[in-house]
Amino acid sequence: MGNATPVTWTRKDLIGIEELSREEIELVLDTAPQFAAVSVRDSGIKKVPLLQGRLVVNWFYEPSTRTRTSFELAAKRLSADTLSITASTSSLVKGETLHDTLANIEAMHSDVVVIRHPCAGAPLILARRHRSHIINAGDGRHEHPTQALLDALTMRDHIRKLRNEPDAGLDGLRVAIIGDISHSRVARSNIWCLRKLGARVVLCGPATLMPPRVGQMGVDVTTDLREAISDADIIYALRIQLERQKSCLFPSLREYIRVFRIDQESIKAAPERALIMHPGPINRDIELAASLADGPRSVILEQVTNGVAVRMAIMHLLVNSGVGT
Amino acid sequence: MNERESPVLEETVVMNADAMVEVLHRMAQEIIVDNPDIDAVALLGILKRGRPLADRLAKLIHGMTGKMPRVGSLATTLYRDDLRSGVAKVKPALGNTYFDFRIDNITVVLVDDVLAAGRTIRAAMDELMDYGRPQRIQLACLIDRGGRQLPIQPDYLGWSVSVGPQDHVSVRLAETDGQDVVLLEKKSAAPREEEKS
Repeated sequence: MGNATPVTWTRKDLIGIEELSREEIELVLDTAPQFAAVSVRDSGIKKVPLLQGRLVVNWFYEPSTRTRTSFELAAKRLSADTLSITASTSSLVKGETLHDTLANIEAMHSDVVVIRHPCAGAPLILARRHRSHIINAGDGRHEHPTQALLDALTMRDHIRKLRNEPDAGLDGLRVAIIGDISHSRVARSNIWCLRKLGARVVLCGPATLMPPRVGQMGVDVTTDLREAISDADIIYALRIQLERQKSCLFPSLREYIRVFRIDQESIKAAPERALIMHPGPINRDIELAASLADGPRSVILEQVTNGVAVRMAIMHLLVNSGVGT
Repeated sequence: MNERESPVLEETVVMNADAMVEVLHRMAQEIIVDNPDIDAVALLGILKRGRPLADRLAKLIHGMTGKMPRVGSLATTLYRDDLRSGVAKVKPALGNTYFDFRIDNITVVLVDDVLAAGRTIRAAMDELMDYGRPQRIQLACLIDRGGRQLPIQPDYLGWSVSVGPQDHVSVRLAETDGQDVVLLEKKSAAPREEEKS
C-alpha cells in the first residue's frame, strides 16, 4: 500500500472491469477498507462527509434489492442526497428516451447516476454524452463491475486472514465459477477482474449455458463439477435464472440439480479450505444447498457487507478525483 | 507530491535523535502536569507519523507515572477538506482509524509530527466528534513550521521552526523511516505549492 508510485483515479465513470488496469482495481480494493470501518463504528456516527451536498441518483430499469439498497446506503454513508427512479415510475413508460430522462435528471444537478439497464452498453452511451459520473450497476449480459470488485475484496480479505499475510493478493488463487455463464454479467466482470489480479479461473456449467470462445478470456472450461472444484479455493455459484428456463437451455431443473448443484455430496470433491460465494439472490437448493449457503464456509453475507464499502470507495474516487468536472 | 519534484538546494538538521528524546520527554512531562488523572487521557496519533510519536509519549508517561494512557490512530483521510473541494488528488490511505475505547468524557490528546496549515487537525477533530464527545481535545506536535490557515494552536510543542513557504520540514522516525531526525529541506523558489499540514 503506497510503496510503489501511487496510482490515482483518472476515470469519470465506472462502466466495466474490462477497461480497468490491475493497478486501478487494486486502488479500489485498497480504498475500500477505510469505508468498511465507517459502517462498524459501534459508538458514534456511521457517516463521513466526503459527498456532502452531492446528489446520487439510483436509476434502475431491472428489479434489484441488494444492489440498489447497497448503492443507496453507500451514498448515504458518504452524506450524499439520494433519489431513486425505477422503470415503472419513470417517464420511460411514456416513451421518453434514455438521453432525455438523464438530461432532465442532470437539469436537477445530479453528480452521480447509478444505472441498471437490460441493454448492454446503455451506461456507456450515457456516460459519453452526459456530465454526471455514471456507475454501471449491471447492463444486460455485459458487466456488473461493482459486484466483481466486492467479490475480489471478499476473496482478498479471506486469503489474508487464512494465510496470515496482510499484503496477500489474489495471485494463484483458484476460483471455480459454476452455473449459467452465458447469461451472467456477474461472471463476465468476475472473470476480467480475477484474471487481471492473477487468479486462476475455471468455469463449469451446462454446455448450452457456456458462451462460445470463452476460453479466449484465459479461463479453463469444464462440464464436470467435481473436476472444476477439485482444487478450488473459492467456489462461486451463480444464480440459475429461472425466468430463462422457458427457452429450454437445459432439459429440466431436476437434471441441473443432479449434475451441477453445490451440496453436501458434491462438495466432497473440493478441498476443506474452499469457501462458498454467491452473488444473490439464491435459489435455495437449486444451484446451492441451503445448508451450505448458511454454513461456516459461506461468505455470502460478507459479500453484501463489502458491497457497501466498495461502492463508497467507487463514488469517492469518481467524485473526489477532480475528473470530468 | 509537488515537494518531491522541486530539487532540494540545501538540507539542514533541525533536530537530531538526542534532541528528539529530550523534547519528547519534556512534552510527556507537560501532559502529565496538565492531566493528573492519566486514566482519563487517550493519545490519538495522526497517521502516519503521529502514531509512533503517540506510542513514545505513552511509554514515557508510563515510565513517569506508572500508568499507561490509551493509544489509538486517526487516519483523517475521510474528513479532509482538500479532497471534497478537489484541491488534492485522492491517494491510497496511509492506514485506518483504529482505537478500541470510548472517547466520551475523557481528554484526547491529538499527536502529529508537523503542524502547518492546521487543516489536518481540523479534519481530526471532525472525525473525533463523529465517534463521541470527548471532555476536551488537546494537541501535541513535534514541530510547528508556521503557515497556519486556521485558528489552531498546539498545547504541547516540541520545537518551532521558521521556514519559507517553499521549504519542506521532513520528520523521520525510527519506526517508519529507520532513523530519528528532523530535516529542513530548502527548495528553489518554485511557484506556489500546496502545503502539507
